[in-house]
Amino acid sequence: MKARAFNYVKASTVVEALKAFEDAQDDASYIAGGQSLVPTLALRLQAPQLLIDIAHIPVLRGVDLQGDWLRIGALTRHHEVLTDPLIRQHAPLYSEAAPHVAHPAIRNKGTLGGSISHADPASEFPAMTLALGAELEIASRDGVRRVPADDFFLDLFQTAIEPGELLVAIHVPVVRPGHRWAFHELARRRGDFALVGCGILAEFVDDVVKQVRIAFFSVGSTPLRARQAEEALIGKKLDQAVIAAAQAVVGDDLDPPEDEHTPPAMKRHLARVLLGRLLGEIARQGA
Amino acid sequence: MSVLTPLDRPNSYIGRSVPRPNAKRLLAGRGRYVTDITLPRMLHVAYVRSPYAHARIVSIDATTAREMPGVRLVATGEDLAKLCAPWIGTMDHFKGMKSPPQLPLPIDKVVWSGQAVVAVVADTRALAEDAAEAVYIEFDELPAVVDIDAARAPDAPVISPELGSNLCFHGKIDTGGVEDVFAGAAHVVEEEFHFGRHTAVTMEPRAIIADYDASEGQLTVHHATQTPYQFQDIYARHYGLPESRVRVIAPDIGGSFGMKLHMYHEDMAVVGLSMMLGRPVKYVADRIESFVSDIHARDHRVRARMAADAEGNILAMDVEDVTGIGAFSAYPRTSVVEGNQVYRLMGAPYTFRNYRADLQVVFQNKVQMSQYRAVGHPVACTVTERLVDMIADKTAQDVFDIRSRNLIPDDAYPCTSPTGYQFEALSHHACLAKLKAMMDYDRLRAEQAELRTKGIHRGIGIATFVEITNPGPAFYGVGGARISSQDGAIIKITPSGDVHCSISVTELGQGTETIIGQIVAEHLGVDSNRIKVMTGDTDTTPHGGATYACRGAGIGGETALQAAKKLKANVLAVAAAILQDEPEKLDIHSGWIVDVATAQQRIELSEIARIAYFRSDTLPPGTQAQLSVAHHYAPQGYPFAFTNGVQACHLELDVETGLVKILKLWVVEDCGRVINPLLVDEQIRGGVVQGLGAAFFEECVYGDSGQLTNGSLADYLVPMAVEMPDIEIGHVETPTLDTQLGAKGVGEAGTAAASAAALNAMNDAMKPFGRTVAQVPMTPARILKALGHI
Ligand SMILES: Cc1cc2nc3c(=O)[nH]c(=O)nc-3n(C[C@H](O)[C@H](O)[C@H](O)COP(=O)(O)OP(=O)(O)OC[C@H]3O[C@@H](n4cnc5c(N)ncnc54)[C@H](O)[C@@H]3O)c2cc1C
Repeated sequence: MKARAFNYVKASTVVEALKAFEDAQDDASYIAGGQSLVPTLALRLQAPQLLIDIAHIPVLRGVDLQGDWLRIGALTRHHEVLTDPLIRQHAPLYSEAAPHVAHPAIRNKGTLGGSISHADPASEFPAMTLALGAELEIASRDGVRRVPADDFFLDLFQTAIEPGELLVAIHVPVVRPGHRWAFHELARRRGDFALVGCGILAEFVDDVVKQVRIAFFSVGSTPLRARQAEEALIGKKLDQAVIAAAQAVVGDDLDPPEDEHTPPAMKRHLARVLLGRLLGEIARQGA
Repeated sequence: MSVLTPLDRPNSYIGRSVPRPNAKRLLAGRGRYVTDITLPRMLHVAYVRSPYAHARIVSIDATTAREMPGVRLVATGEDLAKLCAPWIGTMDHFKGMKSPPQLPLPIDKVVWSGQAVVAVVADTRALAEDAAEAVYIEFDELPAVVDIDAARAPDAPVISPELGSNLCFHGKIDTGGVEDVFAGAAHVVEEEFHFGRHTAVTMEPRAIIADYDASEGQLTVHHATQTPYQFQDIYARHYGLPESRVRVIAPDIGGSFGMKLHMYHEDMAVVGLSMMLGRPVKYVADRIESFVSDIHARDHRVRARMAADAEGNILAMDVEDVTGIGAFSAYPRTSVVEGNQVYRLMGAPYTFRNYRADLQVVFQNKVQMSQYRAVGHPVACTVTERLVDMIADKTAQDVFDIRSRNLIPDDAYPCTSPTGYQFEALSHHACLAKLKAMMDYDRLRAEQAELRTKGIHRGIGIATFVEITNPGPAFYGVGGARISSQDGAIIKITPSGDVHCSISVTELGQGTETIIGQIVAEHLGVDSNRIKVMTGDTDTTPHGGATYACRGAGIGGETALQAAKKLKANVLAVAAAILQDEPEKLDIHSGWIVDVATAQQRIELSEIARIAYFRSDTLPPGTQAQLSVAHHYAPQGYPFAFTNGVQACHLELDVETGLVKILKLWVVEDCGRVINPLLVDEQIRGGVVQGLGAAFFEECVYGDSGQLTNGSLADYLVPMAVEMPDIEIGHVETPTLDTQLGAKGVGEAGTAAASAAALNAMNDAMKPFGRTVAQVPMTPARILKALGHI
């Protein structure tokens, strides 16, 4: 299929982009890497009058350490997420997830901000945003605000970004000594959206879990925190019984939709297996 | 000291891995596919498709669409029916087979979701799609027949009421004695198998440009097809045009696998649209359209039993196959061939004599199911080979031993299968022995046992097979289908001594042109780089069967061989006249006429050509040099040249997640004379990958209302490089004596048994858990279910 005809403008500043959107009376779409948007245009699932290209706005780029926070520009490409040493050091769950996001050609174009704005519940980066406890910097005509990841993913493909607003950067609290993390996903083919995936960031004091964030993807209409499983770990040493206790409750944390290819029972089973393996790995990191 | 081999003869190209002359061009991006062709005044068509699997068409309103920018024509089923005679996909030798008449676009009813209903022709495809969105069709939805059992229920809605039922064909085979054998057998094993629908997913989708020139009454069709002659015949007959005025050109083809030899409604419509407009009209299926309109493959439920004596000697098989083919049988080859091969190939490698089978071919509201690479073979092979493994389990035998015991001995040929297939000479035991050595079987078993103690579950599965190749007229011709089983070649020598060969077998990326060049070079006696092979144009090549059912090398190759020999005789006759020698004392080596006895060079071929073309006055009176020949060859002798082989699959199952890592695949195959080892091996590898796709990934999944629920490459999983194992290949060569060349087909061998080997390997991996699977694809969900996790 061919996309319906549309107009195109290239914005060089955030203000210019926001204004173009307003002028188009909302019948517009921002385009960053185009790796999610262009397929929907080609399938005529979306047909905006105007595409506003944000890929050339300098403030949306770059990765900087700002005190205890790492600022990652929204336009950071998946490939850069995979290779950037600052991200590897301070927001490692992104780096670990990156090789599982699509394939090299797509990673060369797709952007972290695009992935998070698009908020596909099967995507790796939105869930890692949740696991890392990041904050999302959003620009509108009224100014800039920061939304914690826990309040950001609202529903299927819906985020705290209002129509016309732009995601400018992702701010990640840097990992510290005492933090351990693990990422894994189960997919039928390398590079596919996962059947189930999970990232865990845990803070240990004397081998006891002080804080933990467990974020699953592909198990509901948004990336999901496994709150009951987290609860089962807090204040505990990660032994087999504790891991089993977390596995026992994690099914209730998830909300997989009916799907004849991967029924909810299967997703819950796989999530239990995955959680067990990841917690086992985190336990071994302390040895 | 080096030993001379047949390859050390001059011009010995047969048996060598000669590189494909067209590979560089394709890699350089200079391929010319239908999509690349732009003709002056060319228009583009988009189709409005049915969202329903089964519905009456109440009304069509295209008023708005007709007014839209760039729109040249909006045509309906009624418009095209005025030009195009309907077609019926039946053949006479399938007794009692039924199928309704088909038209390019339907008039009053749609029978599958995605069926094209209205054609919109515009200046660009995008404009055509814009206007297609403005065509309003009112449908009255009817109950859809989706499931094969529901289709045969007494109160089922009948898709084509004029046929009386949803049964397309009912076939039975019975050698007699089956009940008694089962009653008295020491062991009986039984299983119900399910084979999902899948589809070809060629890299190049279907594509066609029809260009009707009213001033000459000439139709030229640029068509991404493997069978241009068949389509020349079809377009001429159904549009009432003289055959001489229909030219079908198949340019570069990006994969075909049997998918591009069926009549598709959109393609037939394009011809009519061009005739209505007097302008070229192009249609290229996009991927979404391919999923809902290309033929699908397989779709079988097989219940089967096998009986054996106390030692595990197989005594009999009893099989019931039900297969769903969509709303009608495909044209012109029919959708019964798949089921027919399933129930005739069951048990074919083995010695038992008692066989009974029942085949029901059923209509349903889905896209048509028809021939795709390895037609019927994977189903017959999987059922047979799994049952053989079950007998092995019952009698506590190794999977190699049970096969050694039961396979037809290598010295027992010629012989026939219980279903009447005639085998000239097969090599099951030689292949089995070679495979066992290649895979280091005993070491793998020891490793498997050791890893099991560590919770790592690997499986080893093997599957023997026979493959139908080089089909004679018994395949289609006797059924009344106008499909040739012969081929033709024209070979000419140019004035500078180069060679042109135009031949009716076609090139789809599999290397046909390469091997034809090798055969001509060897048998004419010239360097292969001086030969140009041309295919795929009905105006410039002789009529022939082209490419289907593994016939390019065996039949096309023999045609080229005989034509080259004929031309060589002509050349030697002229050479003898010039040299005042006897033709029998001369030969051609590397473009030189040489003395047979001494191999001494006498005169160059180019010099013969120069004299013949420019100085015929210097030839002895009465000499008429014939430096072009035309030659046809039709297979005689055995109705088919059967090939055989055996495959092994080694995999690792994650028993908690149901995910599988395919570790390795081995194939030992006997396709007779190997013309080009590299091309043969790559044919096998490609085929194996498609077989593994069917085993683990590929399935067209339909919802209850007959909607295809995974019709995109995001949801339909094709096998990709990362998941595919190394594939090691060995050969046994048993040439057919029916031809001078001795080659049989190889294109479907890889696909024939890969899924069977994989299924056996999976069941082997699950053995410690006492669980089994009998359904492909083996998705994680199915494996988890089999293991009792969900
Ligand atoms: C074959 C294929 C396989 C893929 N596999 C995976 C996979 O395994 N895992 C995975 O996570 N993803 C996968 N993707 C999706 C890919 O990661 C996309 O790149 C990503 O989801 C979107 O990023 P983008 O920059 O391309 O966004 P675009 O496509 O340009 O935009 C996506 C949406 O986000 C909006 N948007 C983009 N940037 C901003 C911004 N800064 N502020 C506000 N709105 C914005 C756009 O308006 C649009 O609505 C795959 C894509 C393809 C084509």
